Amino acid sequence: MAVPAPGALARFQDGFTSALLAPGAAVAPEIAALAAQPAFAVYRNTVMKGCIDALQANYPAVARLVGEEWFRAAAVIYVHEAPPAVPMLLDYGAAFADFLARFEPAAELPYLPGVARLDRLWTEAHGAPTEDVLDPAAVAGLAPEVLAATVLRPRAATRWAWFADAPVYTIWSRNRGNGVPEAELEWQAEGAFLVRPRDAVEWMPLDAAGCAFLDACAAGSTLAAAAEAALAVQGDADLARLMSTLLAAGAFSRMSHIAERRIQPSRNDRA
Amino acid sequence: MTTVLTAGLGLKPQHYDAALASRADGLWFEVHPENYMVAGGPRLAWLEAIRTRHAISLHGVALSLAADAEPDPAHLTRLAGLVRRIEPALVSEHLAWSAWRGAYYPDLLPFPRTGEALARIADNVSRAQDALGRRIAIENPAHYLRLDGHAWDEIDFLYELARRTGCGLLLDVNNVYVGARNLGYAAEAYIDAFPGCLVMEIHLAGHTPDPNLGEALLVDSHDAPVAPEVWALYERVIRRIGARPTLIERDDNLPEFAELFAERERAAAMLRAPLAAAA
Repeated sequence: MAVPAPGALARFQDGFTSALLAPGAAVAPEIAALAAQPAFAVYRNTVMKGCIDALQANYPAVARLVGEEWFRAAAVIYVHEAPPAVPMLLDYGAAFADFLARFEPAAELPYLPGVARLDRLWTEAHGAPTEDVLDPAAVAGLAPEVLAATVLRPRAATRWAWFADAPVYTIWSRNRGNGVPEAELEWQAEGAFLVRPRDAVEWMPLDAAGCAFLDACAAGSTLAAAAEAALAVQGDADLARLMSTLLAAGAFSRMSHIAERRIQPSRNDRA
Repeated sequence: MTTVLTAGLGLKPQHYDAALASRADGLWFEVHPENYMVAGGPRLAWLEAIRTRHAISLHGVALSLAADAEPDPAHLTRLAGLVRRIEPALVSEHLAWSAWRGAYYPDLLPFPRTGEALARIADNVSRAQDALGRRIAIENPAHYLRLDGHAWDEIDFLYELARRTGCGLLLDVNNVYVGARNLGYAAEAYIDAFPGCLVMEIHLAGHTPDPNLGEALLVDSHDAPVAPEVWALYERVIRRIGARPTLIERDDNLPEFAELFAERERAAAMLRAPLAAAA
């Protein structure tokens, strides 16, 4: 038997992968002969099923809204556009919301990309590093001037999003878990807050002020600046209630105080 | 104290509670490590909880040892981290490839068994064993395609791979049956020739006829109970080589835990039989 030329294995794998995802692709004759065997479909089907199953598991609210048939047909197109790059399929489909936003057949469901974003935020919260929850009592005892100069750091498992055009939070939460999709729906802007305080991801609605507040916290702003940002989007925001709700939900991991920085830059400088 | 592993079960999230509560001599659970490569959260917490009561086997699907490329260093680092964290009783991978040029294909893909492939795979297995700091078991694949260009018989190839790297083998009896039916060789002869001294683990799983080609093409689908023919081959091999840790592997069309546990009990009873016969 002839000794195979160096690189024969690499050429085989180049040809095989081309034939897997693009049945019409031009490949070497020996690969074409393999791909012509009916059994080659087993590999094609298994690869595609593995990707689609992962996408469906990661986007359950989207799948429930559009139905399995529609979802899996859309998923085939997504898989061709963005096949998995890494084997952790629990994390597959990061670009699915963006895909749905420009996917023509989804145009009549303008809330669908937002629902996909919330499914994605759930996945991110679910697998985020485990961190301690900041004790609300530690914040409650602070003097007002210290509080104003305090920075609260959102936990790695805390997520939020504001949807200006549709009641995405309500639609998503009704299609996630044991929701009631049939209930009446008020068409309005909505925000969502997701957090994994311990083992399970929990969620609640969050207003525009709350989302702006968390955006500011995540950017490293003081509570005074975060409050200002919240009031800028919603003048009547109840900041005390917002703070206590977020603290009780386990939104933050730790706090720091930066007021002393100007006087004693060496001690607590976190930069 | 170490417990001798008897029959084990693939662990699925739907069965976490039942798995945690179950008790049996030598019971163990197997997972795909790729499903636990997360920064934190409940999945890892569950695996660690089950690890406190049962031995765990990590059965990888993504090292892509038969690709003409080194294993992805980032993936190997993640796997090594999980091995340190879980301290599994067994670590295994496949004689197959699933990653190529930056893309991941969720399947176990075939290749021609050439000298070139053997050299590459031996190098990859050695790299993996060095990174993990332990011996791994390599599983014989299921076959569907008639592939020209095999210079090596599969068993000779596996034996030589073990000789060069010191790795062990994982004998998947269902893969033997499916491949034998699809390509037309004798499953019994393959089972009889498999080097028993290298077998660290045995897999039993269900298969289904291809939806289009029917019985002419069996698919290693892991979505059905273990078939009678596979049980018979299993009995044949453990009579010859003795008891080995044996997994009931089920990934799809998942039944109640009790149904899987009953299959596990059947394997456990058969594992006791060769020992009783030898005593």
